[in-house]
Amino acid sequence: MPAQNGAPNERRNRSWWYLLFLVQFGILWPPFYNKAAPALLGIPFFYWFQLLWVIVCALVTGAVYVLTRRQ
Amino acid sequence: MPQVNWIALCVFVLLFAFITWLGFAAARWRKGDLDQLHEWGLGGRRFGTVVTWFLVGGDIYTAYTFIAVPALAFGAGAVAFFAVPYTILIYPLLFLVFPRLWSVCHKHGYITAGDFVRGRFGNRWLALAVTLTGIIATLPYIALQLVGIQVVVGALGVTGSGLAADLPLIIAFAVLAAFTYSSGLRAPASIAIVKDALIYVATFAIIIVVPWKLGGFGKIFAAVPPHKLLLAVPGPNSAGSYSAYATLALGSALALFLYPHSLTAILSASSGRAIRRNAAILPGYSFMLGLLAMVGLFVIAAGVSDLPQYAWGFKTFKNNFAVPALILHTFPSWFVGVAFAAIAIGALVPAAIMSIAVANLYTRNIHREFINRQPTDKQEAQMAKWVSLVAKVGALVFILFVPTKYAIQLQLLGGIWIIQTLPAVMLGAYTRWFNDWALLLGWAVGTFAGTAMAVATHLSSTYPLSLGGYQLPGYSALYTVVLNLAVVIVLTPLFNALGGRQGARDETLPADYGV
Repeated sequence: MPAQNGAPNERRNRSWWYLLFLVQFGILWPPFYNKAAPALLGIPFFYWFQLLWVIVCALVTGAVYVLTRRQ
Repeated sequence: MPQVNWIALCVFVLLFAFITWLGFAAARWRKGDLDQLHEWGLGGRRFGTVVTWFLVGGDIYTAYTFIAVPALAFGAGAVAFFAVPYTILIYPLLFLVFPRLWSVCHKHGYITAGDFVRGRFGNRWLALAVTLTGIIATLPYIALQLVGIQVVVGALGVTGSGLAADLPLIIAFAVLAAFTYSSGLRAPASIAIVKDALIYVATFAIIIVVPWKLGGFGKIFAAVPPHKLLLAVPGPNSAGSYSAYATLALGSALALFLYPHSLTAILSASSGRAIRRNAAILPGYSFMLGLLAMVGLFVIAAGVSDLPQYAWGFKTFKNNFAVPALILHTFPSWFVGVAFAAIAIGALVPAAIMSIAVANLYTRNIHREFINRQPTDKQEAQMAKWVSLVAKVGALVFILFVPTKYAIQLQLLGGIWIIQTLPAVMLGAYTRWFNDWALLLGWAVGTFAGTAMAVATHLSSTYPLSLGGYQLPGYSALYTVVLNLAVVIVLTPLFNALGGRQGARDETLPADYGV
């Protein structure tokens, strides 16, 4: 139901957007990261993993921005 | 009773004086006619990528966030870290939905969610529901920012009894009211730049100096009791803390941009492109918030809650005193002044934006809709200025005379209420398929169910949902918006059949949403 913008370019670019959603769902599975080991610099996995995820998501969003921008 | 920390207080007052000047000077920044509502209330829509980064960041990462998230980590441990997945999930939403809203609002001169819903669905009652929800959800949030100021002022040792104790807060508030009245959104935008710089400096200083003083991260985390270090593993037949954590993150993420002050900050951007770029760079704030949540755990390791000099603070402000105590304990007085100024200023920015957002909503969607249908530009802007003042005074009165826990509970309810506008506002940016009366009914059902769930659990944010013997404790806001949407989806074809086609009442065109 998104607005049809017409140009075939838009439809090809739109498939990149799903990358974003994969990233989202990753963080919604606490059992995966609810542990202390392996620790990084003494910080338990639970904490540094989620912080790392922030960086990863920012990079993904940046990538999608660049890839879907109108030329 | 604590002694006044004079050096810290001087630095604090100096920084405060600086931003007061800045708030008034902002009226001349990117000059525009402040008697026009979109100039006063949206900064003339001139804020590029960088300013938008500071404004939106300063808006969503509030003083209350910086006090309350570490306070929760200090008190309850790992569950406070839900703030990280929460602030990860908001960015895809920002990227996908809000450029569309920006575009259609820009095209049609909409400045609020109420304007958009009115134009998109042609139903003034649905627009009113969205408007009232926005106003009622925001007011307790303004009040809670003032709590942030109270905590740092108390931590500076400025105490007294009766009116004297409240005087610093009243002064801060008067300053806020004055420059918001004169400069509108430009005031918090300019101050946000200073505030965010200070917050980043303070956070990085804490995250480097405290572990260094306490002997490293390993030692700090070893001092945290095991039940606070990680999420509690759920028992059999229950998703326990896992579903609570995930639903709190997802529900909060969905609700955040529905708040009027978020939309105001976003609509003030100069283009959809600025918004998308910000979706990639705003996560810097999420990272900082994660660090702050960990700082809450540092407080446990530092043992400041057991020290006699902080006893008064912990007794008066409970867990909210965690971060101020750590700062007092770790840093020289002048830096304490800087850090506390960052927090206090960090309260003014969102409080200003929230009051402007409420003013915009009232002026456009209640006053212009139901009371005076043809205001002049000047009348509109003037009305908004007054309403923003009234909203702030109301918040101040509330904080001074009503126990803080009520503000917290109202804010929790506010989150449950605001998420009910999701179908109309967020999904409305994509499709007109929904029937407007179905949306209104869905909103009513969601609001009622959410309030009932909150009351049933004595205003805790999670509701112990049970599906076929399996426990899924989760955030009431998320469960009720799903219910809301289900109602809308079921009723839409029914109402369309009963009432005739909806397509005619939509003043927007598909092309309006393109960026």
